[in-house]
Amino acid sequence: MTAVFAKTPMLTDAVLHYCPGCTHGIIHRLVAETLDELGAGERAVGVAPVGCAVMAYNYFNCDFIQAAHGRAPAVATGVKRARPECAVFTYQGDGDLAAIGTAETVHAAARGENITVVFVNNAIYGMTGGQMAPTTMPGQVTQTSPYGRDPKTAGYPVRVCEMLATLDGTAYCERVAVDCVKNVRGAKKAIRRAFENQLEGKGFSLVEVLSSCPTNWGMTPSGALEWLRENMMPYYPLGVYKDKA
Amino acid sequence: MMSEKILIKGNEAVAEAALAAGCRHFFGYPITPQSELAAYLARRMPKVGGTYLQAESEIAAINMVYGASAAGVRCMTSSSSPGISLKSEGLSYLAGCDLPAVIVNVQRGGPGLGSIQPSQADYFQATRGGGHGDYHIMVLAPGGVQEMYSFTVRAFDLADQYRMTVMLLTDGILGQMMEPVLPSAPADGGGGALCDKPWAVGGGSGKRGRNIINSLYLKPSDLEKTNIERYEKYKTVETDGQMSDGYLLDDAEVVVAAYGASSRIAKNAIDEARSRGVRAGLLRPITLWPFPKKAFAKAAEHARAFISLEMSMGQMIEDIELAIRCSRPVTLCNRVGGVAPEPGQVLEAVLNA
Repeated sequence: MTAVFAKTPMLTDAVLHYCPGCTHGIIHRLVAETLDELGAGERAVGVAPVGCAVMAYNYFNCDFIQAAHGRAPAVATGVKRARPECAVFTYQGDGDLAAIGTAETVHAAARGENITVVFVNNAIYGMTGGQMAPTTMPGQVTQTSPYGRDPKTAGYPVRVCEMLATLDGTAYCERVAVDCVKNVRGAKKAIRRAFENQLEGKGFSLVEVLSSCPTNWGMTPSGALEWLRENMMPYYPLGVYKDKA
Repeated sequence: MMSEKILIKGNEAVAEAALAAGCRHFFGYPITPQSELAAYLARRMPKVGGTYLQAESEIAAINMVYGASAAGVRCMTSSSSPGISLKSEGLSYLAGCDLPAVIVNVQRGGPGLGSIQPSQADYFQATRGGGHGDYHIMVLAPGGVQEMYSFTVRAFDLADQYRMTVMLLTDGILGQMMEPVLPSAPADGGGGALCDKPWAVGGGSGKRGRNIINSLYLKPSDLEKTNIERYEKYKTVETDGQMSDGYLLDDAEVVVAAYGASSRIAKNAIDEARSRGVRAGLLRPITLWPFPKKAFAKAAEHARAFISLEMSMGQMIEDIELAIRCSRPVTLCNRVGGVAPEPGQVLEAVLNA
């Protein structure tokens, strides 16, 4: 019998703790496959955020550092400056990257820090039980926006790719989604590109992945993906926002 | 390796010593009165193939140290009081991951934005850890520019030896003053050779298995075990690491305890007291954590009174009382807010003790 599909070596055998229907599993797989394909696993150093992916170090088969909330790009900077030959990446959620860690994100990009950032945007704080995130949609109900996010008092969602694209230091940023097979394939391509850039010394590369959170959105997995397509994609259009190459 | 004396500012002596100790990664953020330290390394690091990086914040700087330390290199950040408050989150994470790092605090007056004048008001913050959770950092208090140099070199060795943060707790007086310094040879012979760090991340995970730097424990019993083990290490540091210095201490009936800049002021007052027939002496803590309890207990055998000379509202005085189990009266002699004590004030305290 020919094996047509197998576990990618860059993932460990640990059972994922993510909720049913969560897309973190898909994104983990894409990052791991990429590291395998590029032969960069042995020199990879991942930086885990605070958020649902806090235990990413259990799942990736490479060296890993768990960072304080929002600080992953600064930690990755320290690693990269100390070990420039390593493939250094952060894996962060929207609260981590676009709220408490905005400064670290923006300035790592502004410096053109030669790292890869995988940014999972699911429009909510997942691990803490579903609070309003910087990327929560106007009108979206969360634990801390129980009447729906009101832009008059809670402001507007942050479009990270658009913001970072204005910086000269950003080499590459693209927004993708993992809601269907076609988009998953596109996400893989973008993630691969973001790592290739680093290995070629091109500078700061970020891939924003629109993701779903069925548990905290209060939806079925397929319903959540439908909601993502109908509500998030118009506000967060997919596409390449910056590509220096 | 330099072997002749050089005339150098305290802040620059720390920077030069860091290079001598093999530190090639510095992450900082501008703040008075430590700016010369960063400026010196901004000039020197590129010349020696090192990294000087001006971070976007104190928080980012300490987290860059966290990353670089995790990757196994000797690294440092420096700041002054308000900046150290911001770095406290990072200090807690460094401790939680048992990462070595050297942090410099050139203290200024507080609380809040306070003043840019010298102070010793961060004693509690330094000796009690600063950040959240059960942990300690080692705290070294230089008394002059020579010690700014030699203690910095020592700090890197201690950090690696114990896998913990070592803070150089100094102040605006010592940071800004110039004195001749004889650059001392670092323990590794001057090449900055690193001790083996098999726990570090960064390449080679295929051969050695992967390394993970982490302070998260989902099982309370695991975290409890880790904390208890870490405190075993701290116990060793407390036993082996206490350092202090004495001046006319052996027969002193009145012991002035002072560290850093205050200790220099104390010496003048002690000389004057001796000339007036009062057997005064100085006990100068060099390590503030671990506090030199043994030296204080010994001094209590011949002293009838202690004076804690501080540029704070009375912080070290608590450690003195604990060290001598309140067996002798301890009085506070202090100036605060960026004001330095005067020898006359100290003399009066000694004569009244």
